[in-house]
Amino acid sequence: MSAVAKEPLLAVKGVKTYYGNIIALKGVDVNVNEGEIVTLIGANGAGKSTLMMTIFGQPRAREGQITFQGQDITKMPPHEIARLRIAQSPEGRRIFPRMTVLENLQMGASLDNLKYFDEDAEKMFTLFPRLKERLHQRGGTLSGGEQQMLAIARALMARPKLLMLDEPSLGLAPLIVKQIFEAIRNLNKTQGLTVFLVEQNAFHALKLAHRGYVMVNGVVTMSGSGRELLENPEVRAAYLEGGAH
Amino acid sequence: MEVFIQQVINGITIGSLYGLIAIGYTMVFGIIGMVNFAHGDVFMVSAFFALIFFLALTAWLGIASITITLLIVMVISMVLTGLLSWAIERIAYSPLRGSFRLAPLISAIGMSIVLSNFVQVAQGPRNKPIPPMVRETFTLWENNGYAVTISLKQVIIMAVTAVLLVAFWYMVQKTALGRAQRACEQDRKMAGLLGINVDRTISLTFVIGAALAAVAGTLYLMYYGVVHFADGFTPGVKAFTAAVLGGIGSLPGAVLGGLLIGLIETLWGQYVSADYQNVAAFSILVIVLIFMPQGLLGRPEVEKV
Repeated sequence: MSAVAKEPLLAVKGVKTYYGNIIALKGVDVNVNEGEIVTLIGANGAGKSTLMMTIFGQPRAREGQITFQGQDITKMPPHEIARLRIAQSPEGRRIFPRMTVLENLQMGASLDNLKYFDEDAEKMFTLFPRLKERLHQRGGTLSGGEQQMLAIARALMARPKLLMLDEPSLGLAPLIVKQIFEAIRNLNKTQGLTVFLVEQNAFHALKLAHRGYVMVNGVVTMSGSGRELLENPEVRAAYLEGGAH
Repeated sequence: MEVFIQQVINGITIGSLYGLIAIGYTMVFGIIGMVNFAHGDVFMVSAFFALIFFLALTAWLGIASITITLLIVMVISMVLTGLLSWAIERIAYSPLRGSFRLAPLISAIGMSIVLSNFVQVAQGPRNKPIPPMVRETFTLWENNGYAVTISLKQVIIMAVTAVLLVAFWYMVQKTALGRAQRACEQDRKMAGLLGINVDRTISLTFVIGAALAAVAGTLYLMYYGVVHFADGFTPGVKAFTAAVLGGIGSLPGAVLGGLLIGLIETLWGQYVSADYQNVAAFSILVIVLIFMPQGLLGRPEVEKV
């Protein structure tokens, strides 16, 4: 019994982020506990991706505090935040276009200097066999779906304690989305990987997640377990009707 | 024919030096999109480092072996020039990152003036000579009384350049540092998210570019036997031309551009007019910028997102 264990892995408290003079996050509170899958849903422009990047200090939160394992990371440079084993598959995938798939994966493993590279790369190839076929192809020549797989695999190569995924379903065929979500569920179950997932595909995300937050215009308006939110009439009306089959 | 081949040999020699300097321009441009106008003067300072340590080693310490002396001088100059370039980046460029695009450019021009004026004051405005280091010359063949020759100096320059380029290529393609550099060049923000210390990678890029320029500076001193405080300018601008001709941001392009500029200016000097050698080299800069701004091996601006 220790008091530390009660503390969330990632705690975002009253964070405000600005782009110039425009406020993007108007005081956001989000907690992610160890071993959880937490999703953040919301419409385009709600500030979901901004929150993901603010956690990494790009842009920096102007007010509020972000802690990871109890350590204040609000003012840390991005590479030091990454060294705490927070990995992100960011909005827009951000694959290195003139590097091969292999090199992109190597970049993901640079924290450990490729120490576990072969072993971890094999796992990624099991997860996404397509990446193995494309191993020596440049990232910029991959299809959107392949880039998405690569972005997720690259994040996992860092052996993260917290995996942050920004719209992993974007631009992917439904079958592949299912496969990716299945993979996330498995990693969570078997390795206890903590996942923070931003999605527009609210139905799948809420089904997958233990807990969820709903963001509207830079503020969190609702939170609850995935099931609660799925059944919530407001959430259904705004994010699910017509979308879920 | 013999004259032509002789000039090709001379052109490749000087082109190797331009190529070594051009890498510094192209790498820095690739990673932070800035033309480091002080790079030519960094090259000049490196030649002065080489001069000082060459004189010190031969006169005071009395080291006789030219090979060892040259090697030691080169390494010392690489280290000192690397440090200098690191300091320049920290003082004059890094604080301006995120400022408007012209700011670091203006700062670089300022640095260039600081360096050449400092050397002018500290070392005097005259040519600084060293006693000839390497004298051997080999005759390749003779025809009608004209001998095609290659001097040992030229062989050293070509060999050192070739070895260095291979080592450098390996560094960029295969090592963690090279990967980090390419990652920063392609997407700095993402590199940071993956735990790459972007500022450090940029600093190291400056250091590596300066170390290569220092090799060029040492070889330049050995080749010509003199160095002068204003010697950074013309080779610097020519190396910049080489980088643009090859496609700025492209490493093989910088080397190719360097060799081409070297060849063009020597051949122009031989067959057209020696007085207008520099005009020829810089006309290429203008023509390339107008008709082929991406250069020979550069990639076009448009990219699939």
